[in-house]
Amino acid sequence: MLDSSADRAVGETSPVVSKRSQGLSDRAIAWLFVAPSIFLLLAVNIFPLIWTVRLSFTNFRVNRPNAEVQFVGLKNYISVLTDGDIWQTMQATAHFLIWTIVLQVLIGFALAYLINKKFRGNDLWTTVIVLPMMLSPAVVGNFWTFLYQPQIGLFNYAVGYLTGTDPSAFSMIGDVSLAPWAIVIVDTWMWTPFVMLICLAGLRSIPSSIYEAAECDRASKWRQFWTITIPMVLPFLMLAVLFRGIENFKMFDLVVQLTGGGPGSITELTSINLKREAFEKWRTGYASAYAVILFVTVFGLASIYVKALNKVKQR
Amino acid sequence: MPRSYLKSALAAGVVTGLMSLGAATSAQAEDLTLCWAAWDPANALVALSKDFEAKSGHKMSFEFVPWPNFADRMLNELNSGGKLCDLMIGDSQWIGGAAENGQYVKLNAFFDKEGIKMGDFIPATVTGYSEWPKGTPNYWALPAFGDVVGWSYRKDWFSRPELQAEFKQKYGHDLAVPKTFEELKHIAEFFQGRMIDGKTVYGAAIYTERGSEGITMGAMDVLYSYGFEYQNPDKPYELDGYVNSDKSVKGLEFYKELYNCCAPPGSSDAYMSENIDAYKSGQVALQMNFAFTWPGINADPNVGGDKSGYFPNPAGPDGKQFAQLGGQGISVVAVSEKQDAALEYIKWFAQPDVQAKWWQLGGYSALRAVVEDPGFAKSQPYAQTFLDSMAIVKDFWAEPSYASLLQASQKRFHNYVIAGQGTAKEALDGLVDDWKTIFEDEGKY
Repeated sequence: MLDSSADRAVGETSPVVSKRSQGLSDRAIAWLFVAPSIFLLLAVNIFPLIWTVRLSFTNFRVNRPNAEVQFVGLKNYISVLTDGDIWQTMQATAHFLIWTIVLQVLIGFALAYLINKKFRGNDLWTTVIVLPMMLSPAVVGNFWTFLYQPQIGLFNYAVGYLTGTDPSAFSMIGDVSLAPWAIVIVDTWMWTPFVMLICLAGLRSIPSSIYEAAECDRASKWRQFWTITIPMVLPFLMLAVLFRGIENFKMFDLVVQLTGGGPGSITELTSINLKREAFEKWRTGYASAYAVILFVTVFGLASIYVKALNKVKQR
Repeated sequence: MPRSYLKSALAAGVVTGLMSLGAATSAQAEDLTLCWAAWDPANALVALSKDFEAKSGHKMSFEFVPWPNFADRMLNELNSGGKLCDLMIGDSQWIGGAAENGQYVKLNAFFDKEGIKMGDFIPATVTGYSEWPKGTPNYWALPAFGDVVGWSYRKDWFSRPELQAEFKQKYGHDLAVPKTFEELKHIAEFFQGRMIDGKTVYGAAIYTERGSEGITMGAMDVLYSYGFEYQNPDKPYELDGYVNSDKSVKGLEFYKELYNCCAPPGSSDAYMSENIDAYKSGQVALQMNFAFTWPGINADPNVGGDKSGYFPNPAGPDGKQFAQLGGQGISVVAVSEKQDAALEYIKWFAQPDVQAKWWQLGGYSALRAVVEDPGFAKSQPYAQTFLDSMAIVKDFWAEPSYASLLQASQKRFHNYVIAGQGTAKEALDGLVDDWKTIFEDEGKY
């Protein structure tokens, strides 16, 4: 019955449609399906990238529509790479990147290890811990400026209470030596739960039979931790480092809200500096070269890292 | 033709006629969008513009952006040729770029046609808000909102006999409105950390903001009065020895001393709103801020009325006295398709009775007929200070490259004053280098 109905349906299809259907290969149909996505990718990602590379070799300024655009060769690239201020922002970014990753991995893993143990209220604590990462970075930045406020801030009050110092005697976001740590603390507070969740996934993926076998072999807890837990969670940890590294390399909103890059330029990360060059000074060509250099840096480092990650996973 | 058909045809004709009449009316009535900063005067302008809507039939819409993002947002709009704004009340420093890049409509012919004379406005506002190139009769805006940096102070604290006696004994002069910056610092030091009515208070809330223009607007107030010049008056764009003169260095050092000694804790990134908060909450004795804040202070239940007084920027060591110009002009955006209606708004806004109402609502009119009226100086407690301050204004560069020039000064000043890096001389020498590089790029040398 079904076959005959199908035959009839085919038989009733207009000859034009039928001819078209027969004319499209599987490959063509596949292309038809992916074409919108590819078009969108080209329009939104690839074209702007190519355009940025093109602009990076010119003196174009978007606020000078009437000015003649000249090809300047590698001048913008040389200017960026020899600019002492940009290297200072690179240092600020490196400080932020390294310390946030170190702290988030250590604390995130420790929290995951604790949460992985069965105890009463486990789910509730997990929910409480992940709350910060659900907030908007702009909101977090804003309310931490209040927490860091020397006169009314809870952070200063707590530090004052614990150390006996006057809370209004120090300013976390106004002091050159404290401001770089102020942004590290907030980012760690906000994103440690993300690292914790990834580590938790890693810990829960370890079959309990391996630990049972280790118990039979009389391996100590310490030995189990270093020979079973760490090696098996390592790919997850590395993935967390990759995600946080990429995210923090382009960190903008949180730090702008907290310090605006100050005091002076102590917390001016590369993304903030790039935004100032592109959309405050309107040096479009120069900023394009700057963006290309950052892109190549992140892309290169991430590629090397992913290769290392794959090797660890294969072990 | 049957009678019923005739009636129907007549009715259809009347309806069609009415519809086309309606269409003709709506073609004339435009929906104008005015772009400005989100602050108290903008609310006053909304109230004022209702008269324009009633009179012209045009509908006014408003796009207000908070100050820290105002320049970013609106310059993006102008640079991208966006058609959001028909009228722009843009910052005074934008005028060079907007004029040279064809973003504003030149208004000379319109002013001539409508009999609007620039001589009717406060001269400093015409130079600051309307002219490009400066000092030439080429007008790109109508002075819309006169503004200038000045000071508000706690008159009630100043009038306490025990504080007056203690102050006089300590500094040898009266606790009164300071005539010089040195006296201002004495007052700020005197109040710093003092207990008043059971509360610790501080000396002076000054501009320290890093992101947009804050610390430049604040430091320049002191620098001008100490002898800072932007360039050689006889040789434009010659900066060495003017920007970084010994007097400029002393001025910048003074600003840092004022910040170190007398600003409230945690004010390393403070601009207009932070200073208003510090003052209205009773934290500080003195507040540096633009004049637009004064109506709000005067009306404030905690610090308003007789509790506060106002004074212009004090003089520097050589008796020079200047203040940083604020304020804006109103321009017609060149890409607007409703330029006729936008010009109609400007024509309406320039009328003396509208300007008088503008002042009553809290907008600082720049029309001389309003500010030179015999009753003006006493019309508000801060009116005389506004007049005195407007007489001593100087403005930042209004070159097309002003944004780069401003970012350079923001960075140099913040690095020295707030972050404490290097010396004032190094900061100003660095600023000269930065500005020279920018002007070289501009082909000025």
